[in-house]
Amino acid sequence: MGVEGIGARVARKEDKRFITGRGRYVDDIKVVGLTYAHFIRSPHAHAKVKGIDAEAAKGMPGVVDVLTAQQLVDDKVGNLICGWAVSSKDGTPMKMGAWPAMAPDTVRFAGQAVAVVIAETKNQAKDAAEAVVVEYEVLPAVAHMTAALAAGAPQLHPEAPGNMVYDWAIGDEKQTNDAFGRAAHVVSLDLTNNRLVPNAMEPRAAIAEYDEAEEHFTLHTTSQNPHVARLVLSAFYNIAQEHKLRVVAPDVGGGFGSKIFIYPEEMVALWASKKVRRPVKWTGDRSEAFLTDAHGRDHMSHAEMAFDANHKILGLRVRTHANFGAYMSLFSSSVPTYLYATLLSGQYNIPAIYAEVIGVYTNTTPVDAYRGAGRPEASFLVERLMETSARQLNVDPAELRRINFVTQFPHQTPVIMAYDIGDFGASLDAALKAIDYAGFPARKATAKQDGKLRGLGFSCYIEACGIAPSKAVGSLGAGVGLWESAEVRVNPVGTIEVLTGSHSHGQGHETTFAQLVAGRLGIGIDQVQIVHGDTDKVQFGMGTYGSRSAAVGMSAIFKAMEKVESKAKKIAAHLLEASDGDIVIENGEFKVAGTDKSIALPMVALAAYTAHNLPDGMEPGLKEGAFYDPSNFTFPAGAYICEVEIDPGTGKVEIVDFVAVDDFGRLINPMIVEGQVHGGLTQGIGQALLESAIYDDSGQLVTASFMDYAMPRADDVPSFRVSHTTTLCPGNPIGVKGCGEAGAIGSSPAVINAITDALGHNRIEMPATPGRVWEAMQLQQAAE
Amino acid sequence: MSTVKLTVNGRAVSATVEDRTLLVHLLRENLNLTGTHVGCDTSQCGACIVHIDGRAVKSCTTLVGQVDGAHVTTIEGIAKGDQLHPMQAAFRDNHGLQCGYCTPGMIMSAIDIVQRHNGDLDEHTVRQELEGNICRCTGYHNIVLSVLDAAGRMKVAQAAE
Amino acid sequence: MYETTYHRPSSIDEAAALFASHPDAKYLAGGHTLIPVMKQRLAAPSDVIDLAAIKDLIGIEATADALIIKAATTYYDITQSSAAKQAIPAIVHLTTVLGDPAVRYRGTIGGSIANNDPAADYPAAVLALNATIRTNKREIAGDDFFQGLFTTALEDDEIITAVSFPIPAKAGYEKMRHPASRFALTGVFVAQSRSGDVRVAATGASQTGVIRVPAIEAALQADWSPAALDGVTISADGLMGDIHGSAAYRANLIKVMAQRAVQAAG
Repeated sequence: MGVEGIGARVARKEDKRFITGRGRYVDDIKVVGLTYAHFIRSPHAHAKVKGIDAEAAKGMPGVVDVLTAQQLVDDKVGNLICGWAVSSKDGTPMKMGAWPAMAPDTVRFAGQAVAVVIAETKNQAKDAAEAVVVEYEVLPAVAHMTAALAAGAPQLHPEAPGNMVYDWAIGDEKQTNDAFGRAAHVVSLDLTNNRLVPNAMEPRAAIAEYDEAEEHFTLHTTSQNPHVARLVLSAFYNIAQEHKLRVVAPDVGGGFGSKIFIYPEEMVALWASKKVRRPVKWTGDRSEAFLTDAHGRDHMSHAEMAFDANHKILGLRVRTHANFGAYMSLFSSSVPTYLYATLLSGQYNIPAIYAEVIGVYTNTTPVDAYRGAGRPEASFLVERLMETSARQLNVDPAELRRINFVTQFPHQTPVIMAYDIGDFGASLDAALKAIDYAGFPARKATAKQDGKLRGLGFSCYIEACGIAPSKAVGSLGAGVGLWESAEVRVNPVGTIEVLTGSHSHGQGHETTFAQLVAGRLGIGIDQVQIVHGDTDKVQFGMGTYGSRSAAVGMSAIFKAMEKVESKAKKIAAHLLEASDGDIVIENGEFKVAGTDKSIALPMVALAAYTAHNLPDGMEPGLKEGAFYDPSNFTFPAGAYICEVEIDPGTGKVEIVDFVAVDDFGRLINPMIVEGQVHGGLTQGIGQALLESAIYDDSGQLVTASFMDYAMPRADDVPSFRVSHTTTLCPGNPIGVKGCGEAGAIGSSPAVINAITDALGHNRIEMPATPGRVWEAMQLQQAAE
Repeated sequence: MSTVKLTVNGRAVSATVEDRTLLVHLLRENLNLTGTHVGCDTSQCGACIVHIDGRAVKSCTTLVGQVDGAHVTTIEGIAKGDQLHPMQAAFRDNHGLQCGYCTPGMIMSAIDIVQRHNGDLDEHTVRQELEGNICRCTGYHNIVLSVLDAAGRMKVAQAAE
Repeated sequence: MYETTYHRPSSIDEAAALFASHPDAKYLAGGHTLIPVMKQRLAAPSDVIDLAAIKDLIGIEATADALIIKAATTYYDITQSSAAKQAIPAIVHLTTVLGDPAVRYRGTIGGSIANNDPAADYPAAVLALNATIRTNKREIAGDDFFQGLFTTALEDDEIITAVSFPIPAKAGYEKMRHPASRFALTGVFVAQSRSGDVRVAATGASQTGVIRVPAIEAALQADWSPAALDGVTISADGLMGDIHGSAAYRANLIKVMAQRAVQAAG
């Protein structure tokens, strides 16, 4: 390994453009003849569209056209799809309500588009939008799951009676009930997992261009997976053929899942660019992001855990209601099922698990994957239940976890997942030591003297990442395979380009992927260029989400590198008159082991391309591709401990210490890994303390801007104490597990467990805002 | 429509634009200085922060008329040729950025913070002073380290001048 | 934002004349209230008259009895003013916890008071310190100035020129910040005048905007100490309740913030 190889804490290659203002995000791009789109959106959560009068608007200054939903239907643009088929426990398929990119007859959430104005400037489009008259017949709306499931509730979709998407289950019901029958103790808990708005700082945007002569489209868009976008746009939406559509995701300002999906705005921009025969740009503003970016979480659960007399877990029973919003977004069906319930075993030996999940339509923004996607909901449920159980059983929470930890690997859980490796006790021990667990009672006493309530909470989370083995997810209903692709091109001068199907929108792939290549060849990372995000440049790939880019994306590069190295060694051996089995690669040179004979990489590359002197029968060139399909998920896991102090006068929670010990397997760049953890922790803390998408009963989003939706700021969070334990992942050649989501998955239960410890009772929901904590304290005082 | 004249990154510029034009749009659309970003519509996120006459302000909440005659510095104008501003270097060295979208506003704010406090900063102060800049990626941990690091570097740079 | 016409007069008279000829105009100082509202198309002034360049509207001076802050003085300049720090440190403290640094560079005391946002900080200081609002037409007592949410005694064309705060014997301000907007979820300004009168004002809490808090005034009049408020109960009647805090919570905050403000005032 060179100094810039795997494990090196090198500064990021991509940073220079970002710190000098030379990043190139979609809205930064201009093309000749550009027009600007502004959508006309329903102010109502549920209404019939009776008519649209756009005549006055069409005559306004700068207006190119006003396009309506009906025109989209007339042009046979396809409805949005959900790409993962999940069936109810009775075997019936999920009930997918039709979702047109603009609503021709019925709007089902506030903010859904019904028409779009295309104009010469953004302001002209907005000015004209006010002149478009849309006549609505307002229908009764259901904004919350309980209302949607009530008898006689207004119905969203004719396809989905009772507003139910599915009634799904996993695990063995009888075995689980039997376990509860034998239990010495049963602990139960009702939990709400609050709805969140992803709020990547860059709002979504799209620039669509249509070349009439070539019948070819180009779409620049804020996407985590441009190839998937191209596939879906061509295969399902009938807007462009796949080979006649180039999708480019340039610099993308954060995703967190919300930029996986292909949204109506991109579809309409693409369609409109052909319609108006001009390039069309749409840049969402923050208000549109709140109303139209897929939201995250939003579960209501009842959970019970059965223990034997020795506090060993016998079984877990869960019933969860998951809010889908008004439509089934692209991967929405998988989030509360295969990404959630399959993680309900946590880090524990649980012999029997049965979980039911009821998917519910409401007149709200669609819900889909957001950082962690199902796994934060699982860890919140399991870890809140473990902490509550420890308190009810009067056992130390660390000890209760420890006696139930999985310690033998591989371990098959009752809910599909087969954990390959881990050392949960090691992470917990490290966290206990870091936080000085033994010293907590004294810290609590000191806080009490200062008039503060101090509490400590644990979270021992596990997640399934490296998404995912294609065959496995295919058998569970996924519409795509979840492998990844790579191509390694060694140029004639010995510099290297790596084309990856992964996409970086903050993760630093341009650095970490280069570290893998540079380390293997013993060259500098500046000799390696990572190319991603453009379907014209890069072979088909699956993109970045589910903490998959290291475990799957880099493994594909690893495989391609093996092929490149194998061929290069043959060339070197030929030129050095040695056996290719004797060639070793060091410091950018191919050496004959045990001799002083060597040849530098550029000379090998040049030989490959001049082809003047290659081994007999060898093709010229030095470029290899690989597809990597993982054999299993990876299982990052860790132990988080949070200490809080509550100001009883205001109910304000201060996080006074936060220790995170993660096992991510091999670390490529520890600096970047730590950064991922910091960011994830803050999103989890945001969920626990600050963030909540709240709808009123009529379906209006009350928290529709940063004025009401509390984003974590620098003074809301502490500095974190992050460290690692390591068990190398046996499932991929690098030994890496993934680190992008862990912080968001593990942190919220630790925070709430600390708050409930400080309060002395469990009656607090996320987000534990000062107002709510203060109310919870009054409950306590009333009880006393 | 009005014609405004101002100095941007040391260069005299003039533009004839609608009076409703915001400084951020003048920078991005007319001057092609796209390093200054828009991240919200409620004047809260700070992605649009630039220096106007040496003070870090939100260019999304500034009409072009308000900066007629002013000196504006953007993220594109703080490095000296190839030599990064110490704050830029500190953000890179401390991994103070991920997606990069909030970064220009964050750096422009941070320079102002260090200058206002004459480089005497602690973690608590930096966190409070960053109230007007929202980052969704970093959890602020490394941003705080970057600002503290840069405060030291800026002192050294100042002493050297 | 709708198209508008921007003006930058250099004198108060010129500003008033512009307003007289453009009846749908609005005054602008820092712009951090008006511009966001215009961006959302919730305000459509035909003309925007920027007061920030009028030199007569900028500056801070302290007399023996009063701290006079001219209307277009920015928050930042108030936080840097040695005269203000010496005369009424509580005003400076209030200003340092108002908005964020970028907002403080642009926002002005006149703009804040004229807007009378129910969660703004300065109205509490004006009311508790019994300040006088000076305009280009008259002087308005603080008690008469605020008339409910976003409503003041100002006439449309009237320009605040300065706020005159009588220098108190003691004063303090504490606020609980709204978790999202960072405005005051509840803020309380306590003041004891040199003649010993106690006035207490709360912002962010009431459905009607800034209010006096007689129960706390009475308790502090009898005994200027945080402990004097231990037995005081604030009624939740008429207070705001929303997703960020119930009326009962805000009632509690009035008391707690008042105690902390007294503590800070010394």
